[in-house]
Amino acid sequence: MSAASAEHHDHDDHHGPAPGLTRWLYTTNHKDIGTLYLLFSLLMFFIGGGMALIIRAELFQPGLQLVDPLFFNSMTTMHALVMIFGVVMPAFVGLANWMIPMMIGAPDMALPRLNNWSFWIMPFAFTLLLSTLFMEGGGPAGGWTLYAPLSLQGGDSFAFVIFSIHFMGISSVMGSINIVATIFNMRAPGMTLMKMPLFVWTWLITAFLLIAVMPVLAGAVTMLLTDRFFDTSFFSAAGGGDPVMYQHIFWFFGHPEVYILILPAFGIVSSIIPTFARKPLFGYASMVYATASIAFLSFIVWAHHMFTVGMPLAGEMFFMFATMMISVPTGVKVFNWIATMWRGSMTFETPMLFAVGFLVMFTIGGLSGLMLAITPADIQYHDTYFVVAHFHYVLVPGAIYSIMAATYYWLPKWTGNMYDEKWGKIHFWVSTIFLNVLFFPMHFVGLAGMPRRIPDYSMQFADWNAVATIGAFGFGFSQLIFVYVVFKCMKGGEKATDEVWEGADGLEWTVPSPAPYHTFETPPPIR
Amino acid sequence: MSSATDYYIPHEAKWPIVGSIALFLFFLGFASMLNGGNWIVMAVGAALLVFMMVRWFGDVIRESESGTYSPQVDVSFRMAMMWFIFSEVMFFGAFFGALFYARTFSLPWLSGFGEGGAAATNAVLWSGYDAVWPTNGPGELGGEYMAMGWFGLPLINTAILLLSGVTVTIAHHAIKEDNHKKMVRWLGATCALGFLFVFLQAVEYWEAYSHLNLKMGTGIYGSTFFMLTGFHGFHVTMGAVILLFVMLRGTKKHFSSTNHFAFEAAAWYWHFVDVVWLGLFIFVYIL
Amino acid sequence: MSIVSRWLLAASALLLGGQSALADINMPVGVTPISKEVYGLHMMIFWICCVIGAVVFGVMFYSMFKHRKSKGAKPADFHESTTVEIIWTAVPLVILIAMAIPAAKTLIAMEDTSDAEVTVKVTGYQWKWHYEYLDSGISFFSSLHPDHNAARQKGSGVDVSQFDNYLKEVDNELVLPVGKKVRFLHTSSDVIHSWWVPALAVKKDAIPGFINENWALIEEPGVYRGNCTELCGRDHGFMPVVVRALPEAEYDAWVAENAPAPAITESTGAAATTAVAAVEEDADREWGLDELVAKGEGIYNTNCASCHQANGQGLPGAFPAITGSPVATGPIDAHINTVYVGVSGTTMASFANQLSDVDMAAVLTYQRNALGNSVGDTVQPSAIKALR
Ligand code: HEA
Ligand code: HEA
Ligand code: HEC
Ligand code: CUA
Ligand SMILES: [Cu+2]
Repeated sequence: MSAASAEHHDHDDHHGPAPGLTRWLYTTNHKDIGTLYLLFSLLMFFIGGGMALIIRAELFQPGLQLVDPLFFNSMTTMHALVMIFGVVMPAFVGLANWMIPMMIGAPDMALPRLNNWSFWIMPFAFTLLLSTLFMEGGGPAGGWTLYAPLSLQGGDSFAFVIFSIHFMGISSVMGSINIVATIFNMRAPGMTLMKMPLFVWTWLITAFLLIAVMPVLAGAVTMLLTDRFFDTSFFSAAGGGDPVMYQHIFWFFGHPEVYILILPAFGIVSSIIPTFARKPLFGYASMVYATASIAFLSFIVWAHHMFTVGMPLAGEMFFMFATMMISVPTGVKVFNWIATMWRGSMTFETPMLFAVGFLVMFTIGGLSGLMLAITPADIQYHDTYFVVAHFHYVLVPGAIYSIMAATYYWLPKWTGNMYDEKWGKIHFWVSTIFLNVLFFPMHFVGLAGMPRRIPDYSMQFADWNAVATIGAFGFGFSQLIFVYVVFKCMKGGEKATDEVWEGADGLEWTVPSPAPYHTFETPPPIR
Repeated sequence: MSSATDYYIPHEAKWPIVGSIALFLFFLGFASMLNGGNWIVMAVGAALLVFMMVRWFGDVIRESESGTYSPQVDVSFRMAMMWFIFSEVMFFGAFFGALFYARTFSLPWLSGFGEGGAAATNAVLWSGYDAVWPTNGPGELGGEYMAMGWFGLPLINTAILLLSGVTVTIAHHAIKEDNHKKMVRWLGATCALGFLFVFLQAVEYWEAYSHLNLKMGTGIYGSTFFMLTGFHGFHVTMGAVILLFVMLRGTKKHFSSTNHFAFEAAAWYWHFVDVVWLGLFIFVYIL
Repeated sequence: MSIVSRWLLAASALLLGGQSALADINMPVGVTPISKEVYGLHMMIFWICCVIGAVVFGVMFYSMFKHRKSKGAKPADFHESTTVEIIWTAVPLVILIAMAIPAAKTLIAMEDTSDAEVTVKVTGYQWKWHYEYLDSGISFFSSLHPDHNAARQKGSGVDVSQFDNYLKEVDNELVLPVGKKVRFLHTSSDVIHSWWVPALAVKKDAIPGFINENWALIEEPGVYRGNCTELCGRDHGFMPVVVRALPEAEYDAWVAENAPAPAITESTGAAATTAVAAVEEDADREWGLDELVAKGEGIYNTNCASCHQANGQGLPGAFPAITGSPVATGPIDAHINTVYVGVSGTTMASFANQLSDVDMAAVLTYQRNALGNSVGDTVQPSAIKALR
């Protein structure tokens, strides 16, 4: 391979990983920390998914069979908090840790010790959060949005949930600061900004979003805390506050947050499609500008989650138009991906399958998002399963699929072994079929009038809910295939070449597989 | 460390895990305390956190003094500090946002101005209420109170902070000239001003609680007043403590005209705190 | 209907463009001018999205089939074209503008609440609705129908498919006139609720301390059902909305019959559909223990059981048990006070405005002498009346 990787081969044993458990506790190595993040995320995926299965099991038939409505609500709340903060975000940070230094030719992250702290906060934060399920009165049950004044009614769990959010916020902000510093400061000479792989670009912008909005969430939940325990009246009309004010502050965080959950996915897909189309990414520069435009717009659309709260007409108009605008840069991305595929020489290994699955189903979710943006129609859609269908289409075959695609794509680089292609493909097809059985009918029941966050429903929704539940269990259990493939690959298998994929391009493919503990201790030459 | 690179990668980080445990205990203890428990766990967490920071920064200082860090590391530190301050700006933004929202939207609506149901809100639910800032809301939460004027202590405090901005800049020029004595002296002045500010702020709170009947519970006015000034005061305290440590390091001649990141970070932070105060003075006290 | 046949039906309906079979998978057309506009808008954006999807996926799948390595495709190496970038920025923009114009028109119409002939104030409570006709003074509570309420309890053993409108039936329906512009004032007494009737395309949040406006002009008589759509706590799924739209004459008759209604009426009672009948109950009379307990049971199940549970055990940590409760078995005044005034800062609200004197006396007596408690004393309606 390239001179750079050959050269530092002989440094490998120089300072390899420390032995035993302390390796993981004290590590400052971006690859170790990336691995920790990814494994944590996988664990949380099963916890959050298990909660989803409880939700779906209760919704299998009309009538209350399994759980108390209060517990149902806390499952809904926790499912979302775990999936968003415990699965998707840590997985993306894990991928950033593994890949960004390798992609920009850096020896490690800019602030390795802070990096360790960012990770090691997560298990503690989630211990705090999940412990509330075992308290008297149960976990938080006011929805992941924690709207006042309902969330203020929470029992003992309330303060714990608030603090766990602060805790995770600290981790995210530190992690993001690290990523920004790495990207700005650690690029190999010659790696100009406009030469960076798109995954790095999307993460740079994501990190900016995180640093900008996580503190706002922290502020919002702090006000909840003081309203409950210190007599303030931010969210109470009697004192001159407004419950809706909480929603504004929350969604000022919340909407950028959903792009935090998708921009790195865009970056991943932008890496994978060119590889398997054996053709460079179409419209690199416009991809960068589109990402930046999405990020910018994400700050001025938040109130599309609040079209029924009684905003003034002018506000509703503004937020409708601004929201619709997001389709334009997102469309540019979709079209660029298709143009990349156009007249390529495509093969469909598992990463590509997941990337194509992403492309198709994310677009479906995006188009339903566009429908939601149309205010008069949203007044009918709002808080129904149509919304649930929308966001699961962008989150599960969107964010989650991109994470799976990334895992298959880079797993050979991480482990040095090829994963089992046959089972990878089976994983994709089984997942994709069940996923649509799971989420597609939600559009129907939503339009027909089924509200979200309810444990029981009228007969008219029974059939489709039964279908969705079957899909949920099918989808859930097919993820065990993923676990099987990943762990099998970690243990051994056919040796991967350094380049791994025929059409792959980028610095990470110039180092050996598995990537040595330290890469690029001397900066690689950049073309 | 490896000679092949001028980039420094520390190989072991013991303090982060201690920090995580400390924060965990702190939050756990705080939450339990709010639910009626005692403060012991929280205090242990806080103490551990302080211990961790002292040791972690101690390590960093030692490494810095032994010349381990390359200019690149220095840039990373600077960037981290800048983005950290940006995150702090956004944190304050949430509270300023609450203040602006209440004043421009919710209070007029409660008084019957605006579209939608504003007229009915006032007529049906809060008839007779007409918001004039400052207000404790239509429910008159917290009862009769007096507003905190801007003349007096707040004005003095503004002067103090502005002055401290000058003194810290003089100290900065001093270190750039490698004039340690001068730097320490002016930093000392800055710290003193900082702590004086905090002290006067405490006096102001005492005034508010004991004479003006102005409390956290005094409706939206009390809420925004104490939340904004309170978090600001906390940041001033932190900033002053940081400056104090920088000053102590200065007495040990830790800095030079080319290597004084810790000083600059503290100074940036101090300026940030200063700017926030100006926002507070205008939007919380004067307007 | 089986799932398979429903799929088939849906598919064929889609092909034929039929509407009736789509009822269970699409938005209802509704019975107000606004709901029809919204439906039209919805179908328009739906079809636009379908076309966009067809084009995008069409090109993509064509490429995936034609340009694959196994078919011998050789990669081209173009990777930039300002022209196409401009085209695919501009075309979507035009499509969006085409969508935005009708949307803005409908939105403006929706927000115009002027010139209403009937005004109803709708207040959300955990977990029931309170309706107040501001013009005629009629007011009443509306909660989930007792039969449905019993059936929906976990482990009730009731086959819920026997109900025609499971969970969408209430004790007291909201009666509205056809052909008149009705204005709604939405507010809440505790947390945020949201009042939704799909057929009227009316959905507005009920914010405590604020009032939101909305309106509907119903064109066809009928019964229209909806729900609370903002998560409002444990029984959010169990606070339906049922609107009965009557032709003008019948509506006027209903108003005449019920107005002026007492400010507080029975909230239980599977009375007649328009059950606001002001049953004159003698609040001054001396009531017997058994009489009060018997009456209290229904009141308890409708108003208290969602928190304190039908068996009085509560939910540990969230809602205290009534069985053996120091309050419910202790001094009578403290007990009355808890329910009359509520416990501030908790979900235990004041029931002073929600229950009549008799109802409150009955439920208190019930709590003291049932659910495993047997204090043996009674709370007389006159005692409650004296508090007011
Ligand atoms: C990854 C997360 C993610 C992403 C990417 C999106 C993307 C979008 N979302 Fe979504 N959304 C959520 C996650 C996400 N959303 C979540 C979690 C909620 C619910 C939160 C809660 O209440 O709990 C939500 C809710 C939500 C609502 C509120 C619904 C309600 O509660 O009533 C709205 C309303 O406007 C909306 C709109 C959009 C739009 C317009 C986009 C756009 O970005 C989509 C753009 C993409 C496309 C349009 C497709 C591709 C484009 C083309 C093929 C080009 C051609 C297109 C045109 C010409 C139009 N979303
Ligand atoms: C990234 C985010 C994410 C992801 C990945 C998912 C994934 C899933 N979600 Fe999620 N969901 C949200 C984010 C997400 N969701 C959000 C934000 C809400 C809104 C919450 C609110 O209203 O406040 C929500 C709400 C929500 C609802 C609505 C609840 C309600 O309104 O009452 C439902 C209902 O079906 C649901 C279902 C599912 C299912 C079936 C999956 C599946 O994809 C899950 C797949 C299942 C598994 C991965 C299980 C793994 C395998 C096993 C369990 C087998 C072996 C078991 C063990 C070894 C333990 N979700
Ligand atoms: C929305 C939920 C809710 C409903 C509905 C409700 N309660 Fe309560 N109730 C509570 C809560 C919460 C408490 C505990 C308050 C506290 O912390 O002191 C409580 C406390 C009580 C107590 C004191 C019990 C004790 O041991 O402390 C009594 C008595 C009581 N409620 C009676 C009633 C009656 C009668 C009704 C119906 C008419 C009712 N409640 C409806 C939530 C509810
Ligand atoms: Cu009331 Cu939901
Ligand atoms: Cu959004």
